[in-house]
Amino acid sequence: MSQSVALFHAISAALRAEKLLGPTGWPFKLIPTPRQFSSDCGVALRFETARRAEVEAVFARARLDAEFREL
Amino acid sequence: MNGVIYLDHAATSWPKPPGVTRAMARFLDEEGGNPGRSGHRLSLAAARTAYGVREAVAGLVNAPDPLGVVFTANGTHALNLALHGLLAPGCRVVAGGMEHNAVLRPLRHLEARGIEVAVVPAARDGSLDPEAFRRAVVPGTTLVVVNHASNVVGTLAPVREIAAVAHSAGALLLVDAAQTLGALPVDMQALGIDLLAFTGHKGLQGPPGTGGLVLGAGVDPRRIAPLLQGGTGSRSEHETQPDFLPDRFESGTPNGVGIAGLGAGIAWVLERGPAALHAQAADLSRFLAEGLMEIPGVTVHGPSDASRRLAVVSFTVAGLHVSDLGLRLDEEHGVLCRVGLHCSPAAHRAIGTFSEGTVRFAPGPGVTREDLETVLRAVAAVVRA
Repeated sequence: MSQSVALFHAISAALRAEKLLGPTGWPFKLIPTPRQFSSDCGVALRFETARRAEVEAVFARARLDAEFREL
Repeated sequence: MNGVIYLDHAATSWPKPPGVTRAMARFLDEEGGNPGRSGHRLSLAAARTAYGVREAVAGLVNAPDPLGVVFTANGTHALNLALHGLLAPGCRVVAGGMEHNAVLRPLRHLEARGIEVAVVPAARDGSLDPEAFRRAVVPGTTLVVVNHASNVVGTLAPVREIAAVAHSAGALLLVDAAQTLGALPVDMQALGIDLLAFTGHKGLQGPPGTGGLVLGAGVDPRRIAPLLQGGTGSRSEHETQPDFLPDRFESGTPNGVGIAGLGAGIAWVLERGPAALHAQAADLSRFLAEGLMEIPGVTVHGPSDASRRLAVVSFTVAGLHVSDLGLRLDEEHGVLCRVGLHCSPAAHRAIGTFSEGTVRFAPGPGVTREDLETVLRAVAAVVRA
């Protein structure tokens, strides 16, 4: 299963992302930001790449900025 | 503690709800990481706790965004952040006449550095007239700051009317909610509050060392210079301070254990309901003020209408120093209160009790009518002696 990460500028944004995705039941996890990705925040949200469009839509509705990378 | 009636809730609430100590112990024992600094589970657990308390504060005051809740070391720190952060030489600031020294001392410091400070006088009962603000808040005023409720006599300020005055002149409104948050409903958006400074250890029932500044939707954080610069866990590759909330104003390891306790205090307040707590407090303060007025020689200061004040009742006794009265109430009757100027010389000048000060009774939610009957008998006994 291909995995992606969402990158944020601050921990509070990552926590907000976690709260937004919690009710969906989709598998995801906050992880230390993989070093190959430049990120402002030490924490990234890992999720299944197949869900990317849906994850982006949830964040966009909440006006939560994130950058996406495939692992 | 047996034999003690604690009437000093305007200084700090005591005892705290039992959940506060438990939440603080749980944070240290089971979370304990540095929030936002690492990606491991303990750091994340601590960060989730702090974020949850941001949400609780935002919900309590109807703030538009939990990220606009900036945690500080106390209410004074929050007020200093807003005042020093917004005001530069050439700016004009208008303050109410019942301000605490947490506002007036930073303002006098800034005044010496070229900021114009105007203070709107209060009436003898501690009330403020919005029309007087209208005359003082001239176009070009940067900021209006007002104490939501006096810590000396509990008088509530007409915040909504003052907000309208501030906004019509293009100024922001900063409210010192040290006495009101947790003691009555406070809706930032309905009242028109742009910046709200609060403390965690009074009406919110949290531990000392907690507080914050809440930014409303119309406040650009880049307009406010941070008091401190330093590590935030974010944008670590940059040597300049981030400009986004709350990191811009939260450099250094936060008081996670205190914030965890504050969260439990707020949960307790929400369970009771600020409106119900206010109703209970109004009943107690009415009973107390009426009882005191029946004792010969006693003068009760502040508004005569209990609905216009918090549970803060200040009084003096003819021919008796407030310090002697306070000591005898403690030593002979176990009644704990605060006497003197309450860090608010301006308020005491307004109500006519400078420089002797007053005896202040500030009952909290755990105080009963029976307790207050005991207190009134104690005051009568000391006054008679």
